[in-house]
Amino acid sequence: MKRTYLDYAATTYIDPKVLKKMKPYLADKFGNPSSLHAAGREARFAIEQARIDVAKVLGCEGKEIIFTGSGTESCNLAVFGIANFYKDKGNHIIISKIEHPAVLEAAKKLENQGFEVSYLNVDANGLVDINELKEALKKDTILVSIIYANNEIGTIQPIAEISEIVKNFRQKSGAVSLFHTDACQAAGALDLDVKKLGVDLMTLNGSKIYGPKGVGCLYISKGVNLEPVIVGGGQESGLRGGTENAALIVGFAEALKMADKIKISESKRLAGLRDYLIKNILKITRSRLNGHPEKRLSNNINVSIKGVEGEALALMLDKYRICASTGSACSSRKLAPSHVLLAIGITPELAHSSLRLTLGRKTTKKEINYVLKVLPEVVEKLREISSIKI
Amino acid sequence: MSNEENKKEEAGWAYSEVVKDHFFNPRNYLADSDGYKADGVGTEGSPVCGDLLTVWIKVDPETKKIKECKWQTFGCASAIASSSMMSEIVTENGGMTLDQAIKVESADIMNRLGGLPMNKIHCSVLGHMALHNAVKDYLKKNNGGK
Repeated sequence: MKRTYLDYAATTYIDPKVLKKMKPYLADKFGNPSSLHAAGREARFAIEQARIDVAKVLGCEGKEIIFTGSGTESCNLAVFGIANFYKDKGNHIIISKIEHPAVLEAAKKLENQGFEVSYLNVDANGLVDINELKEALKKDTILVSIIYANNEIGTIQPIAEISEIVKNFRQKSGAVSLFHTDACQAAGALDLDVKKLGVDLMTLNGSKIYGPKGVGCLYISKGVNLEPVIVGGGQESGLRGGTENAALIVGFAEALKMADKIKISESKRLAGLRDYLIKNILKITRSRLNGHPEKRLSNNINVSIKGVEGEALALMLDKYRICASTGSACSSRKLAPSHVLLAIGITPELAHSSLRLTLGRKTTKKEINYVLKVLPEVVEKLREISSIKI
Repeated sequence: MSNEENKKEEAGWAYSEVVKDHFFNPRNYLADSDGYKADGVGTEGSPVCGDLLTVWIKVDPETKKIKECKWQTFGCASAIASSSMMSEIVTENGGMTLDQAIKVESADIMNRLGGLPMNKIHCSVLGHMALHNAVKDYLKKNNGGK
């Protein structure tokens, strides 16, 4: 039986064309990009070309891009970097309640160190409360960080509208109030033009866009300063110490270029499959869609199925070689149900009963039909065992 | 798929073979409790925490041994497997006496399951507690079992 991989939001495979571009830098072109000699220059050239490629997709200058070791690292650098650089100008940070842990945990850590953090509520579909944002902004606000498209429920935030509010407040009040967005899930599906989005900082990574794991980037608008988190040899304009990994950076840039190029056609294809899958999953009694019905990523399906616990469901599906994920506590290291699902106001019981399926480039209608055959059977089996009768 | 590939696919499972067996092929569960006449019923857990289970027992009036133990569980794989294993422990070899059943501990279920991942033990092994509640329910209804 073939594996049906429907966890593309967790990570993607590396596109063969991307891998091909990376290979020389894993073997022959191994030089340290900081070295003066030809071997070093060769790696440096590749990295700087990659930087330009990434900048083109984002509509910014190459020097506004720094490469990091992951999306998490970029988010950490944005949050800690801004907080530590501008702490004399203010100690207030605003984030949404549905941030990825990369931002959420960084903000919590700052809160423990004495920073003040406002956590914005979201509505039942996962959209940030704009009025609450307006009210939360104050003279002390140094950073606002809101995820572009949520990794669990796929809800897409109106980033341009939010950045406008933050910018207007900045101009009016003189507060630092910089705006960062985590766009890891948005890449390859949504517009990444930083000028149109109006963001000051933006995080991207390789592992969600058919590029390699272990690489990300942070867009830092000209004039914005950061205190580095990793110090060392002064690489990446002194903002990220450590020898740059040319293979990963080249792969990341290639993947981003490719993802951006096909995003419109691929999003359309996936949205068709997504809507077909959602429509049919919801035929299961007492099931509900989590996240926004329209403003959602083209590849994201998140449902709660009453009476069935998510980890058990995911493991049953795994037996049928379907790879899916869940927001149930049992699948997490913390044994707490998904903070995102709780933030949209569903009960803990239904958060434990959630199932996320995320589609990707290799997803076919045939695979979707296979899921639609297996899932109701598995749900029925677990409901037969379950003490929560519907 | 080759055997070798199969092995790789199976590797890294957090659960033992026994857990998997009881999860995929649960024993003694009660699909429909309507009309099922039990001598004692007990519940444990809460849907808020992600685990809720109910246990029904039938007790032989002569020998005071548990002759049937049924259950229903809303919960993760280890919660389902531990409920199933509990029902086997209680009813095998002619069934446990009530005194024996009330002494079943989570470690007894765990050991028979071939262990569980550390973070699963406290939250998902609730079978013995629901069982104890069922035994207490029986004793309450039957004049202390005398």
